[in-house]
Amino acid sequence: MMFNAPESQKMNTNAAPVAIADPKKVDLPTGFKTVRTPDPEPRPVRVHADDVCVFYGSKQALFDVSIDIPEKAVTAFIGPSGCGKSTFLRCLNRMNDTIEGARVEGKITLDGEDLYDPKLDVVELRARIGMVFQKPNPFPKTIFENVAYGPRIHGLARSKTDLEQIVVESLKKASLFNEVKDRLHEVGTGLSGGQQQRLCIARAIAVSPEVILMDEPCSALDPIATAKIEELIDELRANYTIVIVTHSMQQAARVSQRTAFFHLGILVEEGPTEMMFTSPAEKRTQDYITGRFG
Amino acid sequence: MTDITASSAASAPNRERIKASLRRRQAAETRFRAFGIGSVLIAVGFVVFLFSTILHDGLPAFWQPVVTVDVFFDPEIIEVDPKPEPLEGQSAAEFQRASLDWQRQVTMVNWNRIIQNSVAREAPDVELSAREIQALIESNERYRLRDMFVVSPGLLGSTVPLELLASANVDVWLKGDIDRSLGNDRQQLPEATRILADRFYEDGRIRMAFASTLFTNTDSRNAPAEAGLLGAFIGSLYMMLIVIVLAVPIGVASAIYLEEFAPKNKITDLIEVNINNLAAVPSIVFGLLGAAVFINYFQLPLSAPLVGGLVLTLMTLPTVIIATRAALRAVPPSLRQAALGLGASKSQAVFHHVLPVTYPGILTATIIGVAQAIGETAPLLLIGMNAFVTTLPTTPLDQSTALPVQIFLWEGNENRNYFEPKTAAAIIILLAVMLVLNAIAIILRSRFERRA
Repeated sequence: MMFNAPESQKMNTNAAPVAIADPKKVDLPTGFKTVRTPDPEPRPVRVHADDVCVFYGSKQALFDVSIDIPEKAVTAFIGPSGCGKSTFLRCLNRMNDTIEGARVEGKITLDGEDLYDPKLDVVELRARIGMVFQKPNPFPKTIFENVAYGPRIHGLARSKTDLEQIVVESLKKASLFNEVKDRLHEVGTGLSGGQQQRLCIARAIAVSPEVILMDEPCSALDPIATAKIEELIDELRANYTIVIVTHSMQQAARVSQRTAFFHLGILVEEGPTEMMFTSPAEKRTQDYITGRFG
Repeated sequence: MTDITASSAASAPNRERIKASLRRRQAAETRFRAFGIGSVLIAVGFVVFLFSTILHDGLPAFWQPVVTVDVFFDPEIIEVDPKPEPLEGQSAAEFQRASLDWQRQVTMVNWNRIIQNSVAREAPDVELSAREIQALIESNERYRLRDMFVVSPGLLGSTVPLELLASANVDVWLKGDIDRSLGNDRQQLPEATRILADRFYEDGRIRMAFASTLFTNTDSRNAPAEAGLLGAFIGSLYMMLIVIVLAVPIGVASAIYLEEFAPKNKITDLIEVNINNLAAVPSIVFGLLGAAVFINYFQLPLSAPLVGGLVLTLMTLPTVIIATRAALRAVPPSLRQAALGLGASKSQAVFHHVLPVTYPGILTATIIGVAQAIGETAPLLLIGMNAFVTTLPTTPLDQSTALPVQIFLWEGNENRNYFEPKTAAAIIILLAVMLVLNAIAIILRSRFERRA
């Protein structure tokens, strides 16, 4: 694991020139085409987005984003603050529905199924596409209850032992079990920040989703907890399709197989992570990645 | 950063200016602290004054004089047949009729005469008229003798030492609530009675006993010394139950709907403004509404705790709704997102996760609302709960009054110098009820918070 905390911190501070996505101030490249570099060995596509535009009230936050998210791989969304990467992530499990005045146009499919089909129940969708948030947000209940909640509401466990097995399995997958096995019935909010975030991951895994969305899962954590989560993401990749939004370019480089660079509500470039970080095709990507953004 | 240090080091006058302003700022701070301490002291002073006045006035009313009298059940006065026993071959109805006849006979006995003779025997050296003796003893005590006799007719001819309640005027006289130097024409008691009371008090025949009738009796006019708060307390209790049963579910449900589910549009804005305004509507207006709607339109009975409870519910709803909404708004959105992100439906997120966090807040709001309702008087006056009721309400539809209304009624009683301390005592009881309610709120709140 190539992890170097001081450098990652330095990278963060250097590479965060705040650019607010206000399309009125920017000359929109009409008919701008995202620069795409396919994988050398193409992976099967799980989630497919086509010309997605998002509006908050009258303000447009995303412009015609199209992307394919491959199966059993980590796709990282990077870009400066306010570039729309989180907004796009939230489109993928329709969490934008919960925001007053948010409107999504375009098409997003999961295995060819339209996510914005009015007949589709978001409850079912969110069981298939789980989410981990920026700040660890365990329920103010016991560790067991935190993980058991999802399977319980979706009726995934047939019996009590079944449920216990799911909880233990999920905690193991989130590499948290050994740390909490003796205190499963203590409150989850009593854990450390990193443990809480892994508990949130365990909670998401417990409903066995196909896709896991992570919205800057490490931004509230210290370097050691971050390293653990990154390790975990790397392990989870074998079974899940993961999309991660991150501010840390180091993190994107470490954990992802594909990287997408957003800027001012536009998906500028996407391609295999190695290529994005060594020889990006777009100048803007290059500038952002080298921290010369401005 | 470096620029600022350089420039401040360069200009000495700036330092002088900062120093001068520092003095000003410190003075302002000291001034504000002094104001703060002053305001707190004034507020505390008022509270202390209020409580000491009420306690000083009210506490003596918890004790009232009782006269120890050897009551002689004089066979010459109690001329009644022997108490009927169920006879062989007598039907239940016949026996009951016989019993009732006998009881009527007992009631016809001049029990006052028994009391007068017994008291006169305690002070053989004083010449007293029947009226002068009667003024010493609470008039209802004759019913106590009658009831004793009905239960055990064997008392006939025997002498029983009894503690008879002294009359309200004796209470006033002994406690000094009336100016003892006033002339005969301005005293409530005849002169002979006053002397007798003083004498009995000195030789211990009159002692101050705990006024348990305050808690066990209803209001009374012909026996003010026995007037109690039980009827009003039960009326208040019924109203409190009705408020809790109606206002809490309705208020919490509306708050949850408005806060979590309702679309934010003009209509919900209008509703919100109206709820906030309703909380500020003078309570007497709710009384008018109750009189018009519940009594005139729905023909519900006057003076009934049911109507009072409904009116107080209307009055409490805005408080509960506003406080519950505030509690819901204080729940971090991350909690909702966590639940929604797992695939919980909107109502699952609210009922499984958001609502439990708000329990302490809702509970506090409820108790504050209920306490407010319990202490409310004005709306109850308009629906006839200021009636003089001497019976205990057995259902919420019976006539009744409420604790604060009883205070209002006693405060207006014409027997001023007796009822003033009694009113203060009633206020102490009402405050104690409030205190208990608030203590329950605090205990429940801390318990819920510990669990969360």
